[in-house]
Amino acid sequence: MAVTLDQTIAQKQHTLVSRMLGNQTFWVVVAVILACLFLTVSTDSFATSKNLFNITRNVTFVAIIALGMTFVIITGGIDLSVGSVLCLSSMVLAVTMHAGYSIEVGIVAAIATSLAIGAFNGLLIAYLGFPPFVVTLGMLSIARSLAMVASNNTVVFQFGPDHDKLLALGGGAWLFGIANPVLYMIVLALITGFILRWTRFGRHIFAIGGNEHAARLTGVPVRPIKVAVYMICALSAGIAGIIQTGWLGAVTTNIGAGMELQVIAAAVIGGANLAGGVGTAFGALVGAALIEVIRNSLGLLGINAFWQGTFIGGAIVLAVLFDRLRNLRLSD
Amino acid sequence: MAVLELVNVSKHFGAIQAVNDVSFSLDAGEVVGLMGDNGAGKSTLVKMIAGNFRPSHGTMRMDGQELVMHKPVDARRHGIEIVHQDLALCDNLTAAANVFLGRELRRGFGPFSILDYASMYRRAGEIFAELKSETRPRDLVRKMSGGQRQAVAIARTMLSKAKIVLMDEPTAAISVRQVAEVLNLIRQLRDNGIAVVLISHRMPDVFDVASRVIVMRRGRKVADKQIASSSPEEVTGLITGAIEVA
Repeated sequence: MAVTLDQTIAQKQHTLVSRMLGNQTFWVVVAVILACLFLTVSTDSFATSKNLFNITRNVTFVAIIALGMTFVIITGGIDLSVGSVLCLSSMVLAVTMHAGYSIEVGIVAAIATSLAIGAFNGLLIAYLGFPPFVVTLGMLSIARSLAMVASNNTVVFQFGPDHDKLLALGGGAWLFGIANPVLYMIVLALITGFILRWTRFGRHIFAIGGNEHAARLTGVPVRPIKVAVYMICALSAGIAGIIQTGWLGAVTTNIGAGMELQVIAAAVIGGANLAGGVGTAFGALVGAALIEVIRNSLGLLGINAFWQGTFIGGAIVLAVLFDRLRNLRLSD
Repeated sequence: MAVLELVNVSKHFGAIQAVNDVSFSLDAGEVVGLMGDNGAGKSTLVKMIAGNFRPSHGTMRMDGQELVMHKPVDARRHGIEIVHQDLALCDNLTAAANVFLGRELRRGFGPFSILDYASMYRRAGEIFAELKSETRPRDLVRKMSGGQRQAVAIARTMLSKAKIVLMDEPTAAISVRQVAEVLNLIRQLRDNGIAVVLISHRMPDVFDVASRVIVMRRGRKVADKQIASSSPEEVTGLITGAIEVA
């Protein structure tokens, strides 16, 4: 039978089911669901509304930054400075508001600081050819040090005239009792998903991660796009910092310490490939969710908290193992 | 009238004379083999046509108009397309995404325009059909054979009504069957009225698909002959220098 052009065009390589089975993100979702079911049955305290509220809210900070990190990872880069940028953003917000400025001024200052740091990272990486690892490792140190300078290494817990607004922003639950940070996370995830799938910018990010040289030869503006992804990543850290400040009600210079590893772990567990070219917004969320569920469950099951790192590290290795196995099958 | 005409074109890098006083013209629907040993000046010549280098001396004309290009994008705007030796494909994207890379179709307007997947799949499918290639627009390039990958790279050149396609070693490092596929693709381009410059080391391919062969040696053009009036032995002699000039 002759195949018409339309049939050829419509031809897909996989059915929906086979695509799902070969998808790392799908298996992470399954793992999260199974873990939740198991915990619901085996503990009394997991499926309480209070615990679920805590989990969903705790997920958000890592998840929001993982969304930004996904952009960077898709281009084949990495950003180690996000934890420190979160801290600096929080501190700029706190110090500005503490000095008597309104919440709007504080947020603008925090966002502008984050974007400036992202631009600095991006310019060095894209235009001067610095390795992302080195630049952002340097920034990890610089940003936290700047946060200490800004606050003189004190704890800020009074946010001037708009103190209550800030706490409501991060700690409230404006819609159906869902914690505000969760709402922000969902909105940001939808925006990220949209950009990655439906915009030319998103397409070019994937192209750069797949073959940067080819992207350049075909006229993709590789350098500006690379600067943009580091700015987006820093922005996500800045936003997470603002929300976290409102939630905690206090800022110290050690918030966000070590967070970069959790964020990268979330993105990778969710299916982003550190070699570049692969990653989704949804994956970042489920990766973050799996990490948080593991953390939460260890506490509820009465396992010593020192084991946390082992389990989360194990999840990372397992996730990448899945990816390797799939690639081995492909290369046969 | 010739689509492209080079008149006394030279290029030197410092004291090194890479291309020396080369003239030739290219007609629509013509396949010309460009041959020569490594370092003979083929690549430099092609890079000038592709807008990567500007000639030190001499002029290039397209359709009788003088052609001045500062960067590769200028060449593309003039209808000169290149199929790079490494094909410049992104393995993680679909065939259609690769065909439209850097020239994505969008719908909507201004900042609200989104990728027009349907149109890109359709147009890519049409081009593959035109090339008589079995490549499917939604397939990932990672899973493709060498011949299909070539088809994707060549399909790119057909997006914008190219006049000239420069192909850099398209048949190096692929299987015999895939070579036949690629040569067919080149014939399709020719039949669409596109002038093709085929840079190759493979004598059989050039004699199979080209109508004319240009031989370079040490930066100079030493032969510009109809395939019908030449032979692989003669061309080999010209490339190596056993035969001075034809």
